[in-house]
Amino acid sequence: MPQKRTFNIVGISVPKVDGVSLATGSAQFTDDFELRSMLHARMLRSPHAHARIRKIDTSEAARLPGVHGILTYKNVPRVAHTTAGQGHPEPSPYDTFLFDRKVRYVGDAVAAVAADTLQIANQALQLIQVDYEILDPVFDPHQALQKDAPIIHDEPDAYAPLPVIYEPQRNLAAHVDMEIGDVEAGFHQADVLLDNQYSTHYGAHAALETHIVITYLDEQNRLVIRTSTQVPFHVRRIVARVLQQPVSRIRVVKPRIGGAFGGKQEIILEAISGALTLLTRRPVKLQLTREEEFMCTRTRHPQHIRLKSGVKKDGSLTALDLSILMNAGAYGPHALTVVCNSGSKTLPLYRCPNVRFEGNTAYTNLPIGGAYRGYGATQAFFAMGVQMDEMAHAIGMDPPTFHKRNHIRAGEGSPVFQALGEGKKGVEMKLNTCGLDACIDQGARAISWHTKRRRRDKGVRRRGVGMVCLMQGSAIPEIDMAAATITMNDDGSFILLAGATDLGTGSDTVLAQIAAEILSVTTDQIVVHSSDTDFTPFDVGAYASSTTYLSGNAVKHAAEQVRQQILRVASEMLNTEPSMLMLRKGTVMHQKTTTRRVSLADVAHYSLYQKNQFHISATASQHTHISPPPFAAHFAEVEVDTETGEIRVLEYVAAVDCGTAINPALAEGQTEGAIVNGISFALIEEFHFDARGRMLNPNFNYYSIFSARDVPPIKAILVPTHEPTGPFGAKSIAEISINGPLPAISNAVYHAVGIRLRHAPFTPQHVLDALRNQGRQKKL
Amino acid sequence: MKITTAINGQKKVLSVEPNDVLLDVLRREGYKGVKEGCRKGTCGACVILLNGKAVNSCLILAVRAAGQQITTIEGLGTPDAPHPLQRTFVDAGAIQCGYCTPGAMLSAKALLDEIPHPSEAQVREALDGNLCRCTGYVKQVQAVLAASRILKR
Repeated sequence: MPQKRTFNIVGISVPKVDGVSLATGSAQFTDDFELRSMLHARMLRSPHAHARIRKIDTSEAARLPGVHGILTYKNVPRVAHTTAGQGHPEPSPYDTFLFDRKVRYVGDAVAAVAADTLQIANQALQLIQVDYEILDPVFDPHQALQKDAPIIHDEPDAYAPLPVIYEPQRNLAAHVDMEIGDVEAGFHQADVLLDNQYSTHYGAHAALETHIVITYLDEQNRLVIRTSTQVPFHVRRIVARVLQQPVSRIRVVKPRIGGAFGGKQEIILEAISGALTLLTRRPVKLQLTREEEFMCTRTRHPQHIRLKSGVKKDGSLTALDLSILMNAGAYGPHALTVVCNSGSKTLPLYRCPNVRFEGNTAYTNLPIGGAYRGYGATQAFFAMGVQMDEMAHAIGMDPPTFHKRNHIRAGEGSPVFQALGEGKKGVEMKLNTCGLDACIDQGARAISWHTKRRRRDKGVRRRGVGMVCLMQGSAIPEIDMAAATITMNDDGSFILLAGATDLGTGSDTVLAQIAAEILSVTTDQIVVHSSDTDFTPFDVGAYASSTTYLSGNAVKHAAEQVRQQILRVASEMLNTEPSMLMLRKGTVMHQKTTTRRVSLADVAHYSLYQKNQFHISATASQHTHISPPPFAAHFAEVEVDTETGEIRVLEYVAAVDCGTAINPALAEGQTEGAIVNGISFALIEEFHFDARGRMLNPNFNYYSIFSARDVPPIKAILVPTHEPTGPFGAKSIAEISINGPLPAISNAVYHAVGIRLRHAPFTPQHVLDALRNQGRQKKL
Repeated sequence: MKITTAINGQKKVLSVEPNDVLLDVLRREGYKGVKEGCRKGTCGACVILLNGKAVNSCLILAVRAAGQQITTIEGLGTPDAPHPLQRTFVDAGAIQCGYCTPGAMLSAKALLDEIPHPSEAQVREALDGNLCRCTGYVKQVQAVLAASRILKR
């Protein structure tokens, strides 16, 4: 039966279910919760990029009045693990210990102190004596892979839990490769060959709430972890393993989260705080400072990218050869899967018979890469998007036409989907939907592409427009899993217990809308609780653009079962067959004689108190065999000042196919937020390091991010398609749009001034250098 | 030492240490809508109104609040009687994680008190000190402009 396309509440921008509480300050974040006799924890961090701890003496710190517990490598279990909150076993190497004898970057964990106050904890840190044997560091991923490079993970007990290539003895944190067709033959068929190098830089998530956790023992001496996380169930599993506690002794509670963007898909603080609580038997709060947030959490992995491509004069691609060297930093969370994603999210976008991909990830003594919205696709789409523009230019084709000629279409698959998975092979997948043509057309129209493209400025300030096409995925196929429970209350309202994790994205609202649509009520009749490992069913968490697609389907299936139960009870009450009944606006009525009706409250009361009692409720689980990609076409108009090198984005348009937008305002908000983060990253965000690997700008003064004044007019256009496997036709939206600004701006700058920016960020100095080079080349 | 202030229109006597920061004191007193984001006056999450002016409470010693009027997000409106800004932020979809929201709304309140019908550029300037990583500011600016239209009526 074809899916009904008109909905009651799906497709409507209902206010967020937690909107009023957030607007009035009553919403409870991790820190908005007080416990009697809570201790405050602080961490001692390495001043060296690479060193071995010869001796550590905590005795003086321990004697300081008010200090209740100190952790070092000496008094915690040594368990090799990864901080990456991923499916189990994780595709990331087990190269991390709660504390170790070795430190591998400036900011690495050396010790933790729990004390009555923060001041005492800070004082205690000063009293810990550490004697370091300083080792040679390596900061460049190319050098890290050379024969004589210092070995960062020389400990014998680091290993990869999955059968993947992992060679820490030569600083290789991950490797992946694949070839489809014959790339060399493809290059021979090409009329134009391009071979370019690109690089992307470190980036901070910069969530306004830093990482924070509160741990305590409940009345049964179970460890409760209240934490700002994207992955509550992975936190429970990993902390249980690291602290050698049974999973049954741990409860993880996710309150409201103050932004995450991938940065909280990591188990960074929970085990440390938990160990302090187990040691002191007291509640402990551990919150990172903004400086620690920059230096000691996770970043976007920098990549060095080489892309070789062949194209015929008619615009058809003959070969794509993408190779990436990624900098993991000191540890390897997501070291394999981010680089896999760089290939698997970019290469299938284009129809090309010959495709080669190689990814290598090297350890260095710099801050740690991790999950960050876009997850490798951001880096690789920079190279891919610029090179597609260059190929179009080389054969004299307008970029929109070039993209339309080459992009994958509904009904088509790509061998890359099968070849590249996450720590294992991918899945065979044919697209059910692809709205990219409409995205290109609507985006081009919105930015007046054809008018602006004809323009050629000559003055000091020159304008140009550029575009790029993008795709992402919706959940990780054959790995991710989500579950939800719905129960009915006496008054006909419902409780939705979702394992899914709302980070501020609005997923609680989207899930409530999905349940409300099936149950034919408004969202105020759905009470949503998400992510408490004692009370909500399992969900892998909020990452890989999975929640609407995967958790949404789990909620939909649970709601459908509850609906069936409601109709069954009502049929008993109305003495008819369930198939003769319909559910409309909180009422079950006979399809023919609509006066024969009962309210949901009547049904609930009957089922709980009157006859053949049972609790109307259902739990449903969801996994997926495919990962339907959302698509987008992004357009940027820029103005380049050829004297100062400054790039100003004048207008930005993103047309996105996310299937059905369950809540259009929230979908637009995801798009707008991702774009601004992306523009800010492309133009002004940068980590600066000194010669010894210390980050010099770990604060918002010197690591600026865009503020309200910096933002150009942004237009988010939602282009509907109907993904038959998604809830009400939905695909994902959260990540895709962060991938656009780097290539779209670079292409617009080329149109404006004729330089190709292939190395990010696009700072004024970098632009001036490129303009000078261009001048020199013209003279030659 | 003891200081007397008016918080959200109510007289309060607070015990503070000379080096206590206003942000910490307000949170200790239960005004949890005042958020901590950097403690350096660079993010705006802790913005409150001090005698009607938007200030970063992490940069102000608590003793300086003696005899002053403080407004936190809890004093702007309530769930039952929200301020127009609180309504428009919810309705426009201007709240994602909501961590920067109290500070941003109070900066907007200070603006609207001074300039009831601001231009978009004035709104953007007023929100300049309130970093937000979720929304891209698009719907925040729309929400402030919508609130100014409500207040006009």
